[in-house]
Amino acid sequence: MTTPRAGTAAPHVGDLHPHDAVHDHEPSFLRKYIFATDHKIIGIQFLIMSLAFLLVGGALAMMIRWQLGYPGQAMPGGTVLPETMAPGGVIAPEFYNSLVTMHGTFMVFFAIMPLLVGVFGNYLIPLKIGAPDMAFPRLNMASFWIAVPAGIIMIFGFFAEGGHAGAGWTAYAPLSASPEHSGVSLGQQLWCVSLIVLGLSSILGATNYITTIINMRAPGMTWFRLPLSIWALFVTAVLVLLAIPILSGAVIMLLFDQTIGTHFFLRAGEPLLWQHLFWYFGHPEVYILILPAFGMVSDIIANGSRKPIFGYNSMVFAILAIAFLGWIVWGHHMFQSGMNPTLGTSFMISTMLIAVPSAIKVFNWLGTLWQGNIRFTVPMLHACAFVSMFVIGGLSGVFMASTPVDIFIHDTYFIVAHLHYVLFGGSLFAIFAGITYWYPKMFGRMMSRRWGLIHFWLTFVAYNLVFFPMHNLGLGGHMRRIYDPNQYEFLQPLQGLNEMISISAFVLFTAQLIFAANFILSWFKGEKAPMNPWEDNSLEWTVPSPPPHGNFAATPVVYRGPYEYSSPEVEQDFLPQTLRLPTDRPPAAASAGD
Amino acid sequence: MSWLLSPGASTYARDIDAIYYLILVITGLAFVIVEVGLIWFLFAYRSRPGRKARYTHGNNTAEVIWTAIPAVVVVMIGIMSGSVWTHIKGHDSVPADAIPIGMEARQFEWHVTYPGADGELGTDDDFTVRNQLHIPVGRPVVLHLVADDVIHSFFVPAFRVKQDAVPGMSIPVWFEATTPGQYEIACAELCGLGHYRMRGMVTVHEPEAYEQWVREASTTVAAAR
Repeated sequence: MTTPRAGTAAPHVGDLHPHDAVHDHEPSFLRKYIFATDHKIIGIQFLIMSLAFLLVGGALAMMIRWQLGYPGQAMPGGTVLPETMAPGGVIAPEFYNSLVTMHGTFMVFFAIMPLLVGVFGNYLIPLKIGAPDMAFPRLNMASFWIAVPAGIIMIFGFFAEGGHAGAGWTAYAPLSASPEHSGVSLGQQLWCVSLIVLGLSSILGATNYITTIINMRAPGMTWFRLPLSIWALFVTAVLVLLAIPILSGAVIMLLFDQTIGTHFFLRAGEPLLWQHLFWYFGHPEVYILILPAFGMVSDIIANGSRKPIFGYNSMVFAILAIAFLGWIVWGHHMFQSGMNPTLGTSFMISTMLIAVPSAIKVFNWLGTLWQGNIRFTVPMLHACAFVSMFVIGGLSGVFMASTPVDIFIHDTYFIVAHLHYVLFGGSLFAIFAGITYWYPKMFGRMMSRRWGLIHFWLTFVAYNLVFFPMHNLGLGGHMRRIYDPNQYEFLQPLQGLNEMISISAFVLFTAQLIFAANFILSWFKGEKAPMNPWEDNSLEWTVPSPPPHGNFAATPVVYRGPYEYSSPEVEQDFLPQTLRLPTDRPPAAASAGD
Repeated sequence: MSWLLSPGASTYARDIDAIYYLILVITGLAFVIVEVGLIWFLFAYRSRPGRKARYTHGNNTAEVIWTAIPAVVVVMIGIMSGSVWTHIKGHDSVPADAIPIGMEARQFEWHVTYPGADGELGTDDDFTVRNQLHIPVGRPVVLHLVADDVIHSFFVPAFRVKQDAVPGMSIPVWFEATTPGQYEIACAELCGLGHYRMRGMVTVHEPEAYEQWVREASTTVAAAR
């Protein structure tokens, strides 16, 4: 049985008069929408916050692309920036370093991670497992309201004397630790403080997810009846709980190096220690940024194909294998760092092995599509784009996993291409799939399909025009994070390609404004959403759109897995998890909750 | 938009390039198979009225096949890469007859120290020049790479050589140039505000020309002292 928790403001499921209970406890506006404890509201709060940061991160990328496409030319509108950033509208080198640093920081920590974990973790977990809310709703509220000041602190860094952090989102020491070499002190310190605060938010969230999934599954919702999105979020939460404290510890040490004169990462200490700590966090972080995407895409592809997911058990074990391997591959970021070369060989082998569970996932998605009856909804298009783009990101990873090839392509645009194929082509397409899929549930309205299609195709084409040629830039030797490639003779022939990429990037950014408009306008003007617009089997589609406070009028009982599409047992091509067929026996009451 | 690498100018460039092309062919093949399969499925199994999808939960034989094949392929790539890696960066990989040269990276320049006439670093006849690395063709050199302030990365694309320079560490980097000419040295690790212009130049001489350059440079530097 689901156990109502102390401190839960939600009416207990199974109450005799749930509706009365809702009215009795109708919270004030402030309690309902601002300091909310309802997981759905918190999910939507995270959604709005992280989409705003996605826009900020994108705007920073546009400035980077301006400088690379048109080095040294005044940026249109650039004169509104202070003289310290862009004198005469021309981006200054130190500001360029802050741009690349903050683009990465905002995208990884304040956009993609909260979108995947904060939004979908919060919104989907209780609904999909049949729980009234999270195990610890107040911790959940705290998790959001800790993330907000972290973001504000990070933005403040732009206005700090000496400029914002400029040592890259990876903040390699000693550059990040010694203001006399970077020229940045306060900006880098704010960067540290913000990430320490944000880490607290992530830890609270992860604790909540793990507890909720273990303890609050509805009767009959066994582990192997969980949707893959929930499996992925569960494993992700475990990774967050284990990885974030490592980052926090390292960042605190970095802050001490700057402020109280310690020498953890300075010359007298051990500069490589920072890289080991950062990537020991950072590689699991990479999987934190992709596993929830795997899960959501699996749900959406099964639904769009009208077929059970192919190889459910393999998909679960692949998630677990990736999560495990993620802890023993961090050294592949450090092949050229001066780390013992023999270690390089062992990290290469463990890294290569990650191709195996990744391939299992891709082939099982293809297996799901095979002989399906595919509906091309907007979320389904994004999910298919995810698969095709993730394949490119996965395959390009083999190049840099190979230690000798990495000698050449390390720290070049080949890496930039690779990471964007995984983080944009992978994670962000999955996020678009997820938002367009669950938007009707979240807001009770449908997004416009026409504008959804326009956004999808523009994004898909422009995205590939931006990032695919970056492989070729990298093969031409183009280094990352350089302000003006024309300083080098061997890079000058690549300038035309750089300009083409920049123009495509401007189109890509503009296309996202279409998504923003569709998102906002549909909220007010969209067609009213039915309870189950995609004819999905999962529990969240058995409650109204949007679901009421407390989610379920009565605790749902689960009879099967979430992927019973086109089952011969029923006429329609979907079979909800809660639908009791004459052959189904109710689960033993206490089987799932304990 | 080329997937071909620019011509290499060091002995091991061709080993690195060979692995690169091998991976390019293998991943290219995988890319085509998966993407064509995906597009084919999306077209062939598009929704049509009155049709129902095939009801299946998977196939164990298929799982075994697509687990085993990638595993064998990547381990094979790993083993082939491992031997090239050990040849280039392994502990005992530096050839015994390599000319020692000191290479100190600092914001935002390369300080190159030559061993002088005695062929040994750390003696009185050493001399240092900025941003200019001169080496003979057909003979290995070993750079003792150090950093003065922050991490830099020594990168000569034509030689397929890249190695971070880390404060507090001295890292040997060897290579043997195969073609006389001039090649650019780049810094590949973000090292601060002037990172983008931390540029140097390698000049690869014929052996006699190299000897002559060393003689001239050592007298010029000595005269300046």
